[in-house]
Formats: sequence, structure tokens, C-alpha cells
Amino acid sequence: MRGIITVLGKDSVGIIGRICTYLAEEGINILDISQTIVGGYFNMMMIVDLSESTHKFENVSTGLKSIGDELGLEVKLQREDIFDSMHRI
Amino acid sequence: MITQKEVLETNKMISEENLDVRTITMGINLLDCADSDPKKLCGKIYDKITKSADKLVETGEQISREYGIPVVNKRISVTPIALAASGHSQETCVEIAKTLDKAAINVGVNFIGGYSALIQKGSTQSDINLVRSIPEALSETERVCSSVNLGTSRNGINMNGVKKMGEIIKEMAYLTRNNGSMACAKFVVFCNAVEDNPFMAGAFHGVGERDRVINVGVSGPGVVKYALQGAGNADFETLCEIIKKTAFKITRVGQLVAQEASKRLGVPFGIIDLSLAPTPAIGDSIAEIFNEMGLEAAGAPGTTAALAILNDNVKKGGLMASSYVGGLSGAFIPVSEDHGMIDAVVSGALTIEKLEAMTCVCSVGLDMIAIPGDTSASTISGIIADEMAIGMINNKTTAVRIIPAYGKKVGESVEFGGLLGTAPVMPVNGYSCERFIRRGGRIPAPVHSFKN
Repeated sequence: MRGIITVLGKDSVGIIGRICTYLAEEGINILDISQTIVGGYFNMMMIVDLSESTHKFENVSTGLKSIGDELGLEVKLQREDIFDSMHRI
Repeated sequence: MITQKEVLETNKMISEENLDVRTITMGINLLDCADSDPKKLCGKIYDKITKSADKLVETGEQISREYGIPVVNKRISVTPIALAASGHSQETCVEIAKTLDKAAINVGVNFIGGYSALIQKGSTQSDINLVRSIPEALSETERVCSSVNLGTSRNGINMNGVKKMGEIIKEMAYLTRNNGSMACAKFVVFCNAVEDNPFMAGAFHGVGERDRVINVGVSGPGVVKYALQGAGNADFETLCEIIKKTAFKITRVGQLVAQEASKRLGVPFGIIDLSLAPTPAIGDSIAEIFNEMGLEAAGAPGTTAALAILNDNVKKGGLMASSYVGGLSGAFIPVSEDHGMIDAVVSGALTIEKLEAMTCVCSVGLDMIAIPGDTSASTISGIIADEMAIGMINNKTTAVRIIPAYGKKVGESVEFGGLLGTAPVMPVNGYSCERFIRRGGRIPAPVHSFKN
């Protein structure tokens, strides 16, 4: 199963590092990363593969959210299908 | 591969434009619960509902968390109780209503629909018992919703039923007088009622349906409004294209959620109801779409045309996005649940007569309208008869959910709370229709040709 992680918030050192470390610990593979910084605001999207994940989708989602809370960022994990459904025929 | 722009667009719809899945409604057949012993009947109904829907709320919330989209309501519709409780007394009907309420509370759904009778051509004794029990049933329960079908384009209109509805609506308003006549907000009458509607108060599980089914209602007036905002003063062709594209996107999400819910619950997927249902929240309003289209207020000349454009293009866009479309599909115009409609009523821009005209081109009908508490039963029946006639002649579903707010006058308002919102009391034409309603009988089915 593939998921989309979005990270929104004020830029700081080590955001990607922190999230990637967590994903590696969970056995989640990163398929694609894109990021932009506009006016000091960090905006990142990752496409990840959760098929080898050690925990359930919801637990990973909660884990990412708590990292976001720590760093003062909004970190969200959603299943990819919602975007596929909406934007692809 | 999905682009960052697409991800941001979807998430903006959810977080800023109030995109949500309005309801996952499980339809449950109760015909197999039949028993001549009232206690056993209630026991079987309770067991069937609680067993069928025990995971409904949990599943809805799980899907909501995984996809990051709110699933606002989880609900249940059941076989019309006049059929499921055929042969039982009025008292037993009330007991069944209480059983439905208990079952709804047990599984955690906020409404259960189907305390209903289909009397478009006439009533059986079971229908009469059920209809007579509605005021007591709705005033003594919290989550039970009731509906009565009074007419169809094939059968005409049961005017005895129409007359009776005015009386029971008044009775309900009185019985729940200390609670804003709340029972009336849980009761709706239909012409051409549909059997797979997931929305309350009119949801019931039709007899042509499978044993259990998942129907989903999508929503997103806010998304349409923001999309139109970007169009500036573009012409109607552009407006229609924007609405279609937006409706397509909204509906695809509904389809995904419906299929996922169906898979996880092991219950077949029924239909997607392509609806734009407002909520009292700012930015989640049909009236705001009218503003965006260029009308100063809902009710201004042009409102019926604007609603027709909206309704038609929501359907055109949504139809391709879902494998099965059904329910009421279209734009809802409940007054109390839409802050823009409320403002239009308070400022005098929107009247019942204009709302009636709007119901000719929208999804349903006169919805969540409060009228003075001293409105007579026959006047309420007259309003219902007009609305039923629109449905019958135009081959569409029409409905009336009207609240004669006990002790309230024009200028006051009734607070229902939550998604039901606040209803300003609207003036009603004071001329009598008493002799017309008293006639009784049935209006014959209309001609289906010579459409002029």
C-alpha cells in the first residue's frame, strides 16, 4: 500500500532527516520526495511504500503526527488512493 | 505519479473548503424479523441492527483517519416499519421506535431512518397504525427519523394522507414544544420517495434492496463555491464546466470511501448520492454559491436559474465519477442548515413561495423550514399538497420537512443545534385552503405525455 506524507510549516534544520529516520525504523520505503520553501515555509511531499511497514497504517500516521507536533509542523499521512481517485481517470 | 499540486489541491478542499463525506448509511432489511409476538419482534430487530452495524462507526472513523477526509455521519436506514411491523398495533409501533433508538445508541450512529410508511395510493391498517404512532414515537426517541410517501408520478397523490400529515405535524410540534418542536425536524413527507437515499430524515431501506447495503452521501458546497470564486465574471459555459469538474472530483472521493467501507464491512456497495448538502458552517453553504454566481442574496430573481445550473451540473459531473448513482442526488436547500439561506430569510430576500419555485429544479423540496406555531393543520397540508404536485407532475422527488414552531412567531427563530442548525420563523400565506384539504380522496395519476 502506498501513502502520501505531507509536511507543512516553518523551515528548520533536520526536518527531512528526522522524518526519514523514523520511516527507516518503521521499514517504510520512500519512493519520491519533492519540496519547496516559499517565504520561509517548508512544504514537502513524499510518496512512500508501506507494504513492509512494521506497524499498522494508523500507528505510523500517529507516529508522524507526534514528530510534527514536536517540530511544530503539520505532518500528515494519507493513503494514496484518495489523490488517485480525485485526479486520475 | 501524483504531483504535489494535486495533493495540495485535495488537502485544501478538505481543510479549507469543507470537503467531506457527509454520510455512510447502512441499509438493513428488517422483513425477516417478522414475528407475531411484539416482544420477539423488537428483540429480533434489535439483534439484526446491532449485529449488522456493530463495526459501522469504527470503520467510518478508520477510513476517515487513513484518507484524511472527515466522514461526518454514520447512519442506518431500515425497511419501512409499516411493512416490517405489518399486523402490529400502534403501541407496538412505538415500542419498535424505542427499539430502533436503543439500537442506534448501542452502535453509535446519530440517526436511524425508516420509521416510515408508503401510502401513495392508500393505507393498510398497518400503515394507519404506524402513521398514528409517529408523533409519540418521534417525541419519545432521540435518533429515530420518520418519513411518509404521499404520492408518485405513477399513482397520483393520496390526499387523505396529505390531510393527516398536517394534523400529525401539528401534534408533533406540540408534543416537543419544550424542545423547539424538534420532532418535526426528524419527519419528512415525500412524493416519489427513493429507496436508496442515505440522507436523513428521509432514509429508508426499500423493499427492492438487498439484505444489507452501503450507501454514501458526498458533499462539498464549499468546494464548488471556492472553485467558482476563481472564475470571476466568466460566462455560463465556464461556470458549468467548473461545477462539473468539481462535482466529479468530490464524487470520486465518495466512490472510493463507499467501496472501501463496503469492503471492510463485508456489505455490498449500493449507491453514491451526488449531493451538495450544506451545513451551518461558514463556507459550506448553497446560498454562498448563488452569491458567487452573481446574486446578491438567495431568493433574488435568478435564484431558480442558478439552482438549476448548479443541480444539473453536479449530476453531469458526478455521474461519470461513480459506478452507481442514486438517492436524491442534487443540491439540497435546507433553510436552517445553511447560514446564507438563514440570512436571506431574515433580510426578507427569501420567502416560502420562492423556495417552492426552487424545489422545481433542485434535489428535494421544502426542507427545514420553520413557520409560526399557530399555522393551521390544513395550511400545512396545503403546503404539502403543492409540493407533492410539483413532484408528481415533474417526475421528480419532492419533500416537505416543516416545523410549525410551537409558541413562536415570525421574527423569532428555533435552535435545533448541530447539523440541523437554526430556523428563522417564516411567514405563511394566511388565506385558507381548509375546504380544499377537507375533500379527501386521491388525486389521479397525471398524464405522462403532452409535456408543456
